[in-house]
Amino acid sequence: MMTKQVTIVTGTVLDEDTSCTLAEVCGMCGVPADFILEMIDEGMLCPSGASPREWRFSALEIKRIQTTLRLQRDLRVNLPGCALVVELLEELEELRRLYRMR
Amino acid sequence: MEYRDYYEILGVDRDATQDAIKQAYRRLARKYHPDVSNDPDAEKKFKDLGEAYEVLKDPEKRAAYDKFGSNWQNGQDFEPPPNWDAGFEFRGAGYTGGSDEDYSDFFESLFGRSGYRAGSGRRSTLRMKGEDHHAKIVISLADAYHGAKKNITLTRAEVDDQGRVVTRPHNLQVTIPKGVIEGQRIRLEGQGMPGIGGGPNGDLYLEIAFADDPIFHAEKRDIHMELPITPWEAALGATVTVPTLGGKVQLKIPPGSQGGRKLRLKGKGLSTAKKQGDQIVTLRIVVPEAKTEEQKQLYRKMAEIMPINPRAHLG
Repeated sequence: MMTKQVTIVTGTVLDEDTSCTLAEVCGMCGVPADFILEMIDEGMLCPSGASPREWRFSALEIKRIQTTLRLQRDLRVNLPGCALVVELLEELEELRRLYRMR
Repeated sequence: MEYRDYYEILGVDRDATQDAIKQAYRRLARKYHPDVSNDPDAEKKFKDLGEAYEVLKDPEKRAAYDKFGSNWQNGQDFEPPPNWDAGFEFRGAGYTGGSDEDYSDFFESLFGRSGYRAGSGRRSTLRMKGEDHHAKIVISLADAYHGAKKNITLTRAEVDDQGRVVTRPHNLQVTIPKGVIEGQRIRLEGQGMPGIGGGPNGDLYLEIAFADDPIFHAEKRDIHMELPITPWEAALGATVTVPTLGGKVQLKIPPGSQGGRKLRLKGKGLSTAKKQGDQIVTLRIVVPEAKTEEQKQLYRKMAEIMPINPRAHLG
């Protein structure tokens, strides 16, 4: 009999308590710090904390960074375009959620 | 191996201009981008588009592909004739864009794999983290409430001993912690695509989605349900049995409750060690039908003894 090999894994939940440093976010998303700074300049990310050393990023912000990277790679959207798309996507997601709940 | 009709995938005629192909690809790529589209097959469609465009945007690959003629149907069993690619020089040539993972067998047997995947050394000096994978996992509300272990199977590319990339089904048992909510993601480090040039593996992100439930629905951490009650339970108050995700509980309905009133069962929602979710019970008063004369008489008596104008506010 063939046995099915199963890898047991435990992950980290990215939830309301998630708070990552700049270095952690860069590592997770595979981007240089400059990229994060550009996104902050664009108003797409608002980390808590006063200085870059104290910045903490939320789960939603990590998702925004990753969505932005895919939009840039796959659809050649520039950063202001990504900001607009990400904002509209979040609104769309909320509307879809409300629609499902009717 | 199945034949793939790249023209059909892009929705263009076989004699379409390069510009028309580019425009069709861009239009469909926006439509089926997995971040944007609501289509459950968006990811597959987006990959198919990328593959079709990879071939048709390159005049040389397109010419080679066109040699098979137009009599083939999408999905038809297909073997390329021997030496079909004689006179073309694209094999092993650079790939111009997009993500090259998950091209079909059809594509790979015709055009080969991209440089780094074939281990040609073209990019061997590059050390890069593997690409992240994103997937949705649908769980029941009960699983979210209690936590669960879920088996999932993913098709994943791996590098074998000879440095070749092979795709294998990969069985994972994932621990879903108690109190996850819809839209949250679980990050599984190192479970994405293999790294390049000794770089670390990418990560796997599982986005939580909830299966429909006949009784409950979740709104962030709160679980909502509608509780049907009788008019006398509403008027006089009562203690009734109410289902929760954690089992049945007794709920006290205060006297004088109206339909639509919301009662909160603290901690009966999707809670974690740090965050609490509640169950919100919305009362719905079910009015008994007056069938017999006696029953009708009772309603008339109610109208007489306790007159009410529920439309007073309508003027």
